[in-house]
Amino acid sequence: MSQTVASQSEYNYKVVRQFAIMTVIWGIVGMGVGVFIAAQLAWPALNFDIPWLTYSRLRPLHTNAVIFAFGTSALFATSYYVVQRTCQTRLFSDKLASFTFWGWQAIIVAAAITLPLGITSSKEYAELEWPIDIAIAVVWVTYAVVFFGTLIKRKVSHIYVANWFYAGFIITVAVLHIVNSMAVPVSLTKSYSIYAGAVDAMVQWWYGHNAVGFLLTAGFLGMMYYFVPKQAGRPVYSYRLSVVHFWALVSLYLWAGPHHLHYTALPDWTQSLGMVMSIILFVPSWGGMINGIMTLSGAWHKLRTDPVLRFLVVSLSFYGMSTFEGPMMSIKSVNALSHYTDWTVGHVHSGALGWVAMISIGAIYHLIPALFGHSNMYSVKLVNTHFWLHTVGVVLYIVAMWISGVMQGLMWRAVNSDGTLMYSFVQSLEASYPFYVMRFLGGVFIVVGMLVMAYNVFRTVTAKSGSLATDANTQMA
Amino acid sequence: MDYGTYRGILTLVILVLFIVIVVWAYSKRTKSRFDDAAKAIFDDEIKHGNTISKEEKESEK
Repeated sequence: MSQTVASQSEYNYKVVRQFAIMTVIWGIVGMGVGVFIAAQLAWPALNFDIPWLTYSRLRPLHTNAVIFAFGTSALFATSYYVVQRTCQTRLFSDKLASFTFWGWQAIIVAAAITLPLGITSSKEYAELEWPIDIAIAVVWVTYAVVFFGTLIKRKVSHIYVANWFYAGFIITVAVLHIVNSMAVPVSLTKSYSIYAGAVDAMVQWWYGHNAVGFLLTAGFLGMMYYFVPKQAGRPVYSYRLSVVHFWALVSLYLWAGPHHLHYTALPDWTQSLGMVMSIILFVPSWGGMINGIMTLSGAWHKLRTDPVLRFLVVSLSFYGMSTFEGPMMSIKSVNALSHYTDWTVGHVHSGALGWVAMISIGAIYHLIPALFGHSNMYSVKLVNTHFWLHTVGVVLYIVAMWISGVMQGLMWRAVNSDGTLMYSFVQSLEASYPFYVMRFLGGVFIVVGMLVMAYNVFRTVTAKSGSLATDANTQMA
Repeated sequence: MDYGTYRGILTLVILVLFIVIVVWAYSKRTKSRFDDAAKAIFDDEIKHGNTISKEEKESEK
């Protein structure tokens, strides 16, 4: 255990530990709210006629909690860990790192209070009002200072590819957030966007899609390029491919936003451009996925015994699946069927629960023992239980939304021979009902999995040093 | 220069830049450097605990 003590003084693990633990807690909160609003869609009485509990207010709470509390805490934890380990140096500033932790937690709490109160700028995934937006900008710039400061004082010559992805994610999210959140405040709790009409819509989805592209993709690819090789115990399949992957991804993603605005007031050429760029994005996405999965070539047998690796690799399969689905859905004629239906919701969740959540969970299972001086988790068996709960939950969720979404699209466009609509909206809603129950069940599986994780993490963190290093334990599952 | 021409040239510049990156990444000159970089994530394991499984450590001996 002297090793751990030595590494503690050399690296700043405290902030990594804080963010890692909060990732688990915010995961439970965010996904729990998700299950609750999924239940509301199946059983609307669950809003109890209380304004704070209506779907319209809890839905942004859910998205903010899973993206900015769960996902971003995981990014903070892993980026601070990876940048220190690969640069073989301590974080640039402990004080600033600590500020990013407490600042970010304060922002999350502010979001959890203001959103149910109905205080919102009404921009999707950017609902928080201007005082919180300013706080986010301050914390984010501090994050950039800590991260780039650490890169500058690195003790190795080469900057490992994971750090390139993290760096791209940090810079782009700062630009996206600041540009999209430009607003004219009229009071402490209300502001209006400085953009108007179609320009506002375009700026919003330039932000919105790149939040997916850089926060939910580039950042997590950074995670993938470190934790997949580490957990597999072998270097990445092709480092050269990872370099091309990085430049292709960052130069293409920025253009894909208009596919959120097909058949709207956005100029037609902009929609077509967005569609073309979205289709091209398939190439770097799959390049990266193949690079990650092929890292296991020659070590496939490890998947049988290591549920952490299974989380990481299955996350890549979901990444491949949703980055095939995404370009396909951005094709205008496909979009005419899928847009505004549950198919979109299913697509988002195959990315969010399959890719983002699974790679984060895998990374956290890798990190927790390393951060708290153990060789493995309290129970590898429970990690395996979590893996199956999560996988079954995600599959239930996305299959329900595929069926419901395609059905809605078909019902909405069906016309009688005289040109009138064949179905009313309520008829399509009734047809979706069983799938809303199925989605709720999928969500329950996922949250139960997260609770299992919390228990396992708690037992690992509180276990005596060295007490978990049993061979019997590592052989299980 | 009108806006369309400017955009066209910019697109061309970015395309050329991308091809240069690909050629550079796959050139013989960078091979050993990139191979070392890929393995570098295991460098600090002796000092800071590792994640390589026991079987592999034994096979390295």
